[in-house]
Amino acid sequence: MRIVFKTTYEADIRLFKHGAQAFWYALLLIVAVAAPFLLGDFLTGEATNVLIWAICGMGLMLLVGQSGQASLGHAAFMAIGAYSCVLLESAGVPFILALPLGGIITGIAGGLFALPVTRLHGIYLAIATLAVSVMMEDVIVLAEPLTGGVNGLIAPDIEIFGVNFNRYGNASGLYWLILAIAILIVLAYRNIQRSPLGRAFAAVRDSEISAQAMGINVARTKATAFAISTFMTGIGGALMGHFAGVFNQETFNLVISINLILMIVIGGLGTIHGAFLGAVVIGFLPQAIAFARDGLGSIFHFGSIAIPGLETGIFGTILILFILFEPLGIYGRWVKIRTYFELFPFARRDMFRRQKSYLKTERIR
Amino acid sequence: MDLLQLLISGLANGCVYGLIALGFVLIYKATEAVNFAQGDFMMLGAFLTLTFANSNELGLPFWLACILAVLVMGVVGYLVEALLIRRMFGESQIAIVILTISLGIVLRFVAGVIWGHEPQSLESPLAGREVRLGGLVLGFDDMTIIIVTILLTAGLYLFFAKTKIGLAMQAASQNQLAAYYMGIPVKRVHALVWALAGGVAAIAGILFAAKGTIDPSTGLLGIKASAAAIIGGFGSLPGALLGGLIIGLVEPLSSRYVAAGVSQIMPYLILLIVLIVRPHGLLSQVRAKKV
Repeated sequence: MRIVFKTTYEADIRLFKHGAQAFWYALLLIVAVAAPFLLGDFLTGEATNVLIWAICGMGLMLLVGQSGQASLGHAAFMAIGAYSCVLLESAGVPFILALPLGGIITGIAGGLFALPVTRLHGIYLAIATLAVSVMMEDVIVLAEPLTGGVNGLIAPDIEIFGVNFNRYGNASGLYWLILAIAILIVLAYRNIQRSPLGRAFAAVRDSEISAQAMGINVARTKATAFAISTFMTGIGGALMGHFAGVFNQETFNLVISINLILMIVIGGLGTIHGAFLGAVVIGFLPQAIAFARDGLGSIFHFGSIAIPGLETGIFGTILILFILFEPLGIYGRWVKIRTYFELFPFARRDMFRRQKSYLKTERIR
Repeated sequence: MDLLQLLISGLANGCVYGLIALGFVLIYKATEAVNFAQGDFMMLGAFLTLTFANSNELGLPFWLACILAVLVMGVVGYLVEALLIRRMFGESQIAIVILTISLGIVLRFVAGVIWGHEPQSLESPLAGREVRLGGLVLGFDDMTIIIVTILLTAGLYLFFAKTKIGLAMQAASQNQLAAYYMGIPVKRVHALVWALAGGVAAIAGILFAAKGTIDPSTGLLGIKASAAAIIGGFGSLPGALLGGLIIGLVEPLSSRYVAAGVSQIMPYLILLIVLIVRPHGLLSQVRAKKV
């Protein structure tokens, strides 16, 4: 096991803990960049989809994992990002400006939404965000002159300095573009995490009272978390809109909101890795189930079984198993395996036992 | 007169929302957990009654079918607590929220496999019968829903306030450790309240099915009911009913006097306004601790 001696504060907040870690991430980056050469056009498209989910997931992760506020309605902010970006583009703003502007509009909307609701805690906040997601669907339909209602909007091809990033014409180009955006967001996320703001998020998450005692403005910190989170999610939503080509209120419905939060829980709450691992699960699960179904069908000769909703059923079951047996998610499992080998033969089960506490009501403060 | 008619049917709808919200509040009041599968419990209860009562299924007498469905849903609630929720003892609230959301997804899938996705209707003796009072048409179903809901809410309120086990439930949620010290079997109390919530969900399901058709996606009504529970103040039984009634009344009124599309937004808009004005609901259960 490697022991890193930290002698300065800079060493403590370094991006990579040690050289080997930097090496592995560099390798991962090379593989990610080379992926379109290794995969076909179809799989490259799927990988692009996973990256978009991961961008949205990172937005939600910052809110839930870092600042401890649960949102069950982030698809609403994806919708704001997508609609504002595409509407800006149709007003003549080039994509390279429209995308960040869409994100900023979403961030402002999220921050404004956060101002009154950051007083809410736990379940109240969760249901308030859920309500926003439900309302957004109907608001999009009602605001038909702007949003095209049920018919939706057609996202123009992404074009940057004359280069066209059509999903079908230039699949690898689109993949690289979105990979670059994802990396930028990862860097932003990491830098927020190690800045005073990120420390404030963690303090608010772990105990609001102690955070307040340390001189943190809890309401402002929570609202900032909301704004940054919705900014990232808005960018992800805009990309998803462009990736889908045509989108309407159904593209960003409640199911997407729920999937988003389930995704980051499966991946592992509170880590960037978790957002990506969860996105891989969400992105490839439908294909995996279809693949397994066809495989089983051909082995046992019962033809193709078509049970409506099978995918969501399996998805729900996987989630229940994860929450019960691996609440730290895929990334948590990986950390456990890694620690086992690093400490071999000294790893013990109880190293990862979480502290459980007796519950007290939240109705008496 | 037209308005009055609208109000009565809205009241009956609101009572169904209130009954589902009652299930939310029961579990929350006793265990501090939020069961997002409550709407799906309701849907299951309705389908069970349908299986027991409809003449092309088992064809049991209606009242027997209702009692059986309530009992079965009680057992289902008990089992969900004993097998799933109990393992989450001492975990964070959001983990249980996600667990119950996933449970709801699975329950909707299971119901879809067993009963199919076509809307089905319950053969109930209440349907189609009505009393005429002046120009007012009072359906038996609406009347039954309102009466049953009021009785149930009052009964549960008294249960929590007066009986020993009701007090034990409140104690178990307020401070688990202290409740253990007082000799309250906290885990069994939790399982009991989940069974109770299952039974209440079955009653809500029966009353809902008596008014219209059911299909697996009926379970999503739980989302609206959770809004009702929050409007009333999570943790307050009369609050749940109040929240349900507000939503039930606002929906038909807004679709009549504002616009059809608006009526779907109104419940959630009211929820947000209530939360902004009173962050803990209308009949707030949150008190400041005296130091």
